[in-house]
Amino acid sequence: MERLEILKTYKIFIGGQFPRTESGRYYSPMNKKGEALANMCLSSKKDHRNAVVAARKAFGSWSERTAFNRGQILYRIAEMLEGRKSQFVEELVKQGATAPKATAEVDLAIDRCVYYAGWCDKYQQVFSSVNPVASSHFNFSALEPMGVVGIIAPQTNSLIGLVSTILPVIAGGNSCVVLAAEQLPLCAITFAEVLATSDLPGGVVNILTGSEKELIDAFHAHMDINAVLYAGENDEHARKLEEGADCNVKRIIRYVGGLTKTTDESPYYINDFQEVKTTWHPIEHVGGATSSY
Amino acid sequence: MSTNKIHKKVPDFRLSPTVDKVGVEERVARFQTRSIKNESKMQGLKMVLNMIDLTTLEGKDTPGKVRQLCYKAQHLHDVQPDLPTVAAICVYPSMVAEAKKALGNSGIKVASVSTAFPSGQAPHEIKIMDTRFAVENGADEIDMVISRGKFLAGEYNFVFDEIAAIKEACGSARLKVILETGELASLDQVRRASDIAMYAGADFIKTSTGKIQPAATMQVTYTMLCAIKDFYLKTGVKVGMKPAGGISNSKLALHNLVMVKETLGAGWLNNEWFRFGASSLANDVLMQIMKQTTGHYQSADYFSID
Repeated sequence: MERLEILKTYKIFIGGQFPRTESGRYYSPMNKKGEALANMCLSSKKDHRNAVVAARKAFGSWSERTAFNRGQILYRIAEMLEGRKSQFVEELVKQGATAPKATAEVDLAIDRCVYYAGWCDKYQQVFSSVNPVASSHFNFSALEPMGVVGIIAPQTNSLIGLVSTILPVIAGGNSCVVLAAEQLPLCAITFAEVLATSDLPGGVVNILTGSEKELIDAFHAHMDINAVLYAGENDEHARKLEEGADCNVKRIIRYVGGLTKTTDESPYYINDFQEVKTTWHPIEHVGGATSSY
Repeated sequence: MSTNKIHKKVPDFRLSPTVDKVGVEERVARFQTRSIKNESKMQGLKMVLNMIDLTTLEGKDTPGKVRQLCYKAQHLHDVQPDLPTVAAICVYPSMVAEAKKALGNSGIKVASVSTAFPSGQAPHEIKIMDTRFAVENGADEIDMVISRGKFLAGEYNFVFDEIAAIKEACGSARLKVILETGELASLDQVRRASDIAMYAGADFIKTSTGKIQPAATMQVTYTMLCAIKDFYLKTGVKVGMKPAGGISNSKLALHNLVMVKETLGAGWLNNEWFRFGASSLANDVLMQIMKQTTGHYQSADYFSID
């Protein structure tokens, strides 16, 4: 007798758990032949709100971890991703990629995790500074994570765009609420399973699937989101974000092109979601030889 | 003003009604399925605010902390007009004078815990002195704890007499009796302790000190509300209810209001007969009110620290 295949149910990822959408709504993304790929959760504003609450709760302890420890955990993500490579390749092929292209995309995603794992304890040295001032002060500027970052992932690819937007944000000590690509969401939830098994504390990354059009307002209107990364293609949505961000003056950053190239990685992506804090520390002398620090 | 008295004719507390735990759980689950429409929600939230006993009961409490809390009680969120104040401030006896001064003639009451809160493990005279001290310093309400050890040992008369003695020491101050249901083990015991407290003169019965988990679960609160209802039907005296501890979000608070309405009726839906003992509930309610007003989900960054 022929075996009946068990199809996977894709759920959303909030606070380290995999709940179904509270709204009970689903949608079916299609492949190029017009066949349904899977049933995905059509997340609601309430799911988004729950995700923000989870992200806020996780932010404190995540930002207080040592930079080195964050690096270790990001490296662990790369390890777990490597172990489930074939699953990701399979999903990418299902969603319309050729096998070689899919393999290349997964390889690049793994390498990108390692890349940002390495930057965790180094970006601070690169971007912070000791500043010359005209008084007896030791004046220095250092970076601090912004808080909860909303991420709207690129809509044109399934995995690499997601990894390239999430990793620099959490490498810098932020937590995030991510909306995956609407029509290519399979890898996002499988990536959530990778995150759930790689020492990343629950709530640091929360991943929703659903409609960008429906949720875009939730991203700019929520007072507890400190910044939004928009990597989608819709100019109208980008403008809406900019206009709506005035409620708590959140930072809006836009990346275009899907972040698919090997060169789409840089510590500046980490820097985009950092605040600069400058400290004036009184000292006796300013000059090098006689200074007291 | 005190609204209950020490009753001369009391039932045999060994025969207090037993409680159907499964039935209580099912009934309580029903209260949580009521749909509350936006307009009623706004009214409900303001009612919750007005029923809060804003509480600080920590070893590290300072006069400064108490003054800050009193300020907060009067200015919950000044950017939003038409907000009520909380019902009372709840502090240790040593802080009563400070709170009284800080609240002035705002109409907000000062409640003081008493009788060697939270354990209640102190000699009788000390509990009386503790209560008198709080009343002399101006406390409008006294939150006493019962002797759970004696109660569990079956010495119901001791517990009754102790509550009655404190009631006398209270004078005109209203007496809330804390049962500390987290230590009473079963709903039968909660019911029995409620009966003892009400016949001994409690103006309010209160679930918990907030120091023990579980605290004010809906099951426990429901059991106590039923006791209040039976007491009212039998004696004609209204007794207030104060769940305390563990109610930290608006949703749960609104569920509690639904439960009060459907168990005791609208007569209990005001801060003379129903209170929430809470410290972090107020901010969550304020955030919900602002969400209803602005349409935006709120951030704790824009509300006072409590």
